[in-house]
Amino acid sequence: MILIKNSTKLFGIIVALLLFLVCIGMSIVFGYTNTSIHTAYEAFTQFNNSNEHLIIQNVRLPRALIAAAVGASLAMTGVLMQTLTKNPLASPDILGINAGAGLAVVLAVTFMHTASLQAFTWISFLGAGFAAIAVYVISSAGHDGLTPLKITLAGAAMAALFASFTQGILTANEAELEQVLFWLAGSVQGRKLELLIAVLPYLLIGWIAAIMIAPKMNVLAMGDDVAKGLGLKLGIVKIVVVVIVILLAGGSVAVAGPIGFIGIVIPHVARKLIGTDHRWLIPFAGLLGGILLLAADIGARYIIMPREVPVGVITAFIGTPSFVYIARKGFRN
Amino acid sequence: MKEAIRTQALTLGYGGATIIHELDLSIPKGEITVFIGGNGCGKSTLLRSMARLLKPTNGAVLLEGAAIAKLPTKEIAKKLSILPQSPTAPEGLTVLQLVKQGRYPYQNWLKQWSEEDEEKVMNALQATGMSEFKDKQVDELSGGQRQRAWIAMTLAQDTEVILLDEPTTYLDLTHQIEILDLLFELNEKEQRTIIMVLHDLNLACRYAHHIVAIRNQTVFAQGKPEQIISPDLVKNVFDMECQIAQDPLFGTPLCIPYGKGRRVGNKIAYVNAL
Repeated sequence: MILIKNSTKLFGIIVALLLFLVCIGMSIVFGYTNTSIHTAYEAFTQFNNSNEHLIIQNVRLPRALIAAAVGASLAMTGVLMQTLTKNPLASPDILGINAGAGLAVVLAVTFMHTASLQAFTWISFLGAGFAAIAVYVISSAGHDGLTPLKITLAGAAMAALFASFTQGILTANEAELEQVLFWLAGSVQGRKLELLIAVLPYLLIGWIAAIMIAPKMNVLAMGDDVAKGLGLKLGIVKIVVVVIVILLAGGSVAVAGPIGFIGIVIPHVARKLIGTDHRWLIPFAGLLGGILLLAADIGARYIIMPREVPVGVITAFIGTPSFVYIARKGFRN
Repeated sequence: MKEAIRTQALTLGYGGATIIHELDLSIPKGEITVFIGGNGCGKSTLLRSMARLLKPTNGAVLLEGAAIAKLPTKEIAKKLSILPQSPTAPEGLTVLQLVKQGRYPYQNWLKQWSEEDEEKVMNALQATGMSEFKDKQVDELSGGQRQRAWIAMTLAQDTEVILLDEPTTYLDLTHQIEILDLLFELNEKEQRTIIMVLHDLNLACRYAHHIVAIRNQTVFAQGKPEQIISPDLVKNVFDMECQIAQDPLFGTPLCIPYGKGRRVGNKIAYVNAL
């Protein structure tokens, strides 16, 4: 923990917030089409239908807001899931939530011939919720209840199951592959603002609930027996956390497709900086998650310009070494 | 004798297996009670059920005459605290943060951190000798200090009754005595009711006012150590032959097991006689 005193923690949050806003601004200004801060400002105050203004309003702004919202949601989900399962590797991708959403979309495309991204949203939301509940119910079975090991095994098993179904169906139906592949790659590009607005209420409820439940997360982190002994209503709190996870992870995957590793990496970075107190950790991780996804998405525009790399590839590039590091550290302890 | 906790026809089990069968037991108030018994006899299970960590299959646990299953869990947390066996603190948590969690039952949306909370936390740190370590991380402490930090958390909870599940496991002898002395003092000074599971029969005899020996899903015997501990009890509860002597320092019963081993001087090997 680097920021020890409450005043320095508050300072850390303010710096992160400023950086977050700067990244949103940079995401609006930087890209293949040259624009300046001035043009961006004009696009909102004196819109003149020029190519630059259209790009800023219809492409860059939605993209920036989606990256900010999705990055924040995934990071907060990671914190909640890691504390809930007491597993340092828990995140929506590892516990099968992204795979569940992927399968739901592929099923819908194949059997209901759904083609619009708008419809993908709801279907993937459904799939994510189903996967989360399935993993939770399976791992809660048995007299010892929800243990870190069982939830990891259940998550890995469900993720593998969903992924192999997805692969199987995709192999059998190549015709409709392209649209699905685009979504499955995980990207914040080419998504319309309406997509975000459609899930924003759920994300908003998730963010507020995650911050409100922070004191209880602190108690939950001490282990089930201690938490119960301190009078925490364990069953109810766990269910509420799962619901928040479904709202945030489901909403994110619905808008941007499965974007990996933010949910694992950011909580660890945030804990290193601000400590384990969830009242600081949850908002701070949210800001860092937004910053990482915004930065990764800006980077994705420049690597093979004029073409773009899916942002999921960039987060995986950052995330894989971090994942190995955390796994090794986790096993050592 | 006033009672702190009573069990009524309490039956406990996991899955299909019964561990405790229809037990009626009364725990005296203001005293130190220690549960003893062989591995897997159900002493920890019984302790956990008294702290509502385990739901009874049948029967009830009564705290001040009221069934704990019917009391709000936060209200119970103000009257009874439990230190589970080998608890683990989240990585990076400081001693102060750990002890502050003990005040959780007293907080809600309206009432956040108060002066009383602060005072109880400071008292708990002082009573356990942890004040100077309050800004250290729990995972950096030695085993004995860590256990003292956890006991400080249960003290901050400010409860009449304190339950501890094998508080001395994994500690060396020095720290075992240190922890038990600390609990003994708490009982002496503040008359808190302490109920714990201990493995070491001799330490149990030294510190406990009341011993509950568990065997065959029920209580085999209970009472003052000097009144109930006998070779016959040890044989029945631990399935071991022994002689009971008197502790040369405290006068409490001292269990000396038969068996093999070196002999020094003209001592007779009792094992041959058996």
